[in-house]
Amino acid sequence: MNNILELHHLKKYYATQKAVDDISFEIKKGSIFGLLGPNGAGKTTLLRMITGIFFPDDGEVIFDGKKFDPLNDAVKIGYMPEERGLYKKMKIGEQVLYLAQLKGLSKSEALEKIKFWFKRLEMETWWNKKVEDLSKGMSQKLQFVTTVLHEPRLIILDEPFSGLDPVNANLIKDEIYGLSQRGSTIIFSTHRMEQVEEICDHIVLVNLGKKILDGTVSDIKQQFKKNKFRVSLKEVPANIHFDGFELLEQQANTFTVKIKEGFRSNDLIRFFLNQDITIEAFNEILPSLNDIFIELVEGTTSVSRKFQAVH
Amino acid sequence: MNKILLVARREFLSRVQKKTFLLTTILLPLLIFVFYALIIYFSVKSGDNLHIAVADEANILDGNIHSKEDMNFELVKNQTAESLNTALENKKYDGYIFIPSTYELMGKDSLQLKSNKAIGIMTREKIQKSFNDILEEKRLLALHISKAQLDSIQNNANRIKFATVSGKTDDDNKAGVSYIVGYISGFLIYIILFIYGSMVMRGVMEEKVSRIAEVIISSVKPFQLMMGKITGIGAVGLVQFIIWIVLVFGLQLLLPLIFPDLLNQMHGQPIQPAGIQAAQAIKDNGGMTEIMRSFSQINFPLIIGCFIFYFLGGYLLYSSLFAAVGSAVNEDPQDAQSLMLPITMPIIFAIVIMTKAVNEPNSGLAVFGSLFPLTSPIVMMARIAHGIPDGVSLWELILSIVLLIAGFIATTWLAAKIYRTGILMYGKKPTWKEMWKWAVRKS
Repeated sequence: MNNILELHHLKKYYATQKAVDDISFEIKKGSIFGLLGPNGAGKTTLLRMITGIFFPDDGEVIFDGKKFDPLNDAVKIGYMPEERGLYKKMKIGEQVLYLAQLKGLSKSEALEKIKFWFKRLEMETWWNKKVEDLSKGMSQKLQFVTTVLHEPRLIILDEPFSGLDPVNANLIKDEIYGLSQRGSTIIFSTHRMEQVEEICDHIVLVNLGKKILDGTVSDIKQQFKKNKFRVSLKEVPANIHFDGFELLEQQANTFTVKIKEGFRSNDLIRFFLNQDITIEAFNEILPSLNDIFIELVEGTTSVSRKFQAVH
Repeated sequence: MNKILLVARREFLSRVQKKTFLLTTILLPLLIFVFYALIIYFSVKSGDNLHIAVADEANILDGNIHSKEDMNFELVKNQTAESLNTALENKKYDGYIFIPSTYELMGKDSLQLKSNKAIGIMTREKIQKSFNDILEEKRLLALHISKAQLDSIQNNANRIKFATVSGKTDDDNKAGVSYIVGYISGFLIYIILFIYGSMVMRGVMEEKVSRIAEVIISSVKPFQLMMGKITGIGAVGLVQFIIWIVLVFGLQLLLPLIFPDLLNQMHGQPIQPAGIQAAQAIKDNGGMTEIMRSFSQINFPLIIGCFIFYFLGGYLLYSSLFAAVGSAVNEDPQDAQSLMLPITMPIIFAIVIMTKAVNEPNSGLAVFGSLFPLTSPIVMMARIAHGIPDGVSLWELILSIVLLIAGFIATTWLAAKIYRTGILMYGKKPTWKEMWKWAVRKS
C-alpha cells in the first residue's frame, strides 16, 4: 500500500451547513501534502475527522491500508491544531512526558525521545520551566516537539508557522523536511501559498466543503498557466510585433508577452534571434498558487471543478 | 482504562504538588481551631470585674450576698437613690440595684439595675442568673424548702429514659450525639460537593481556555479525559479530607485540656456553640466516659461506611454535572456562574431538608430527601446518624444506595455527551436547549 491515507466520500454536515460535502483524495507515504482553502472551507473539520476527533456522517477514512481506528491509530498520528495551547502552569518536561504517555509511549521511551528532541532544538534548559514562562515562538516550538515526539507516521500541522518569526519558521521548516526524509508523511494546512509552493509536493484545495483542486504543485501550475513569458533583451529591437505573441508589458528592455495558440516559446526566441538581438534572460511565468487560489475561490459559488492530477 | 488513570494521575499530582494544597489542608483546620478557641476564650472571660452595689431597703437578703467571679455584689446601707446615683457618677460603683422597702420577695415586681455604661448581653445574662439564683434561694427558703429539698427536686437522675421498640436504649446522649454527628456529616458532604465540584469545573474550563483540549482529544476519548479529571480531583479531595478530619478531631479533643476550668465556668452561659454544648454534656453527665459510652451506641462503622459511600456517590454525581457545565462555558467566568446555579440548587435544598431530618428522621420529607439521588448524600447522613432501624430502615437504605448509583451513572452518561461536544466548541455560550440537543444526539 503506497498511500498512508485515503479518504473516500467523506461527509460531515452540521445543522447550518455542509462542512465537508463528499471529499475524496489520497496521500502517498512520505510526501509533504498541502491542504488549502479559504476560511470556512471545511479544512479543520476534515482534519478532525482524520485524527478521530470527529466522526464522519458518511464515507470512510483508510489509514495505512486499513479502516481508521481512532484509538489504536492515535499513536501513529501527530496533530498540531490551529488553536494551539498547552497547560500553562505545568512544568514543561512533565507536560511533554504526559502528552507522550497519552499517545501510548512508555515512560522510558518517552524520556529518551524527549532528551533527543530537546537537545536537537536547544531546549535542554527548559525542562523545569513552566509554559507560561515561554514567549510565543518558544511555545510554538515546544508544541511542535510534542506533536512529533512519538515519531508518528502521519503528522498534521494546521497553520504551523502562524506567529513565528523567520528564524523560527525556518527551523520548523527544516525539521519538516527532515521528518519527511525519515519517512513520515506530513499534512500541512495553511493559507500561506508561498510556503506551500516552497514545501509541498502535492496539494488539495477545498472550498465550501468540496474539493476543487488535486494534484502536484507543478502539474497544477501547468494547468493554470497562461503561456506568459518574460524576455530580457540587450537592446530594444526594432520590430516587436509578431503574430505569435501578444505584448503585455514592457519595462525598459524586459518584455512580458503572451504566446498565442499554435506558437511555441522557440518561435518567440527565433523571432528575436532573427533580428540578431542578444537575449539575456528568458523564462516562463507560471502562475503562483496565490493567483490560482484567488482565481478559483473568488466568485466562489460558480466554481466547483474537479481536477485530476496530470501525470 | 489505562488512559483514564494517566489523566487522573496528572490531575492529582498537579494539584497535590502545589504549595496551596499544603497550605489549605493544614493551615485551615489550624485556623479554625484557633478561631474557635478564641471565641470560647472571649465568651467565657468576658467583661471586667463589675462592682455592683445592692441597697437592700426591704432587707430580703438578710445581710448576706455572695459575689460571683467577675461580679462583685456589695451590700450597702442607708443609701437613697440619689446618693447612689452620685456614687455612680463618681465611679465608685459600676452599677447599683435598689431594692425598695416595698419590694416583696414573692411579688411580681422586677428590680432595676442602674449602671454607668451600657452593659453587654453576656454580662447582663450573668447578672440575671447570679442575682436570680440568689433570689430564688431566698424565696424557696421563705417557702420553707431547704436546700437539700431543692436539690432533690432538681435531681437529673429522675429524668425519663428513652428506648425504642427494638429494645435498645435510646438515651439522650445518643440522641444528642446523633444530632451532632448527622448534622456535621451532612454539612461536610455539602462542603465537599461544592469545593470539589467547582474544582472539576474549573479544571475543565482551564483546558478550554488554554486550548489544549483538542490536542488531548486527539490522543484520548473525551469520556476518558472527563473521567480522569473527576477521578483525579476526587482523589485529591479524599486525601485532603482525611487530613482535615484527623486534624480537626485531634484539635477539638484538645479543647478541654487547654481550658480545664472552662467547664466550670460554662454553666449558665447562654450562647453555646456546639463544642461547648458537648463539653456541657460531658460535665452534666459524668464526664468523658459517659460520652464515650453513648458514642459506642452509635453504629460508627455504619456511619463511616455510609459517609464514604455517599461522599463518593454524591461527588461522582455532581462533579460530572459540573464538568458538563465547565465544558459548555467559554472564557467568561460569569457564564460559568449562571450555569452553575441550577446545579447548586438541589445541594442547598438538601441542606434545608437535612436540618429537618436530623430531628425527625422518619418524616415524609426526610424519607424523600434520603431517596432522591440529588439530595440523598446529604439527607441520608442525617438519618443514618440515628442508626438502623431507628433513623432509617434497612430497605430504605438499600434503595437509596441503588438509586444513587443509578443516579451517578445517568449523570455521567449525560455529562459525557455534553462534554464531548462542548469541549471543542468556542464561541457563544450555548443555551440549555442546545446543550440538551448535544446530550441526546447520537455520537
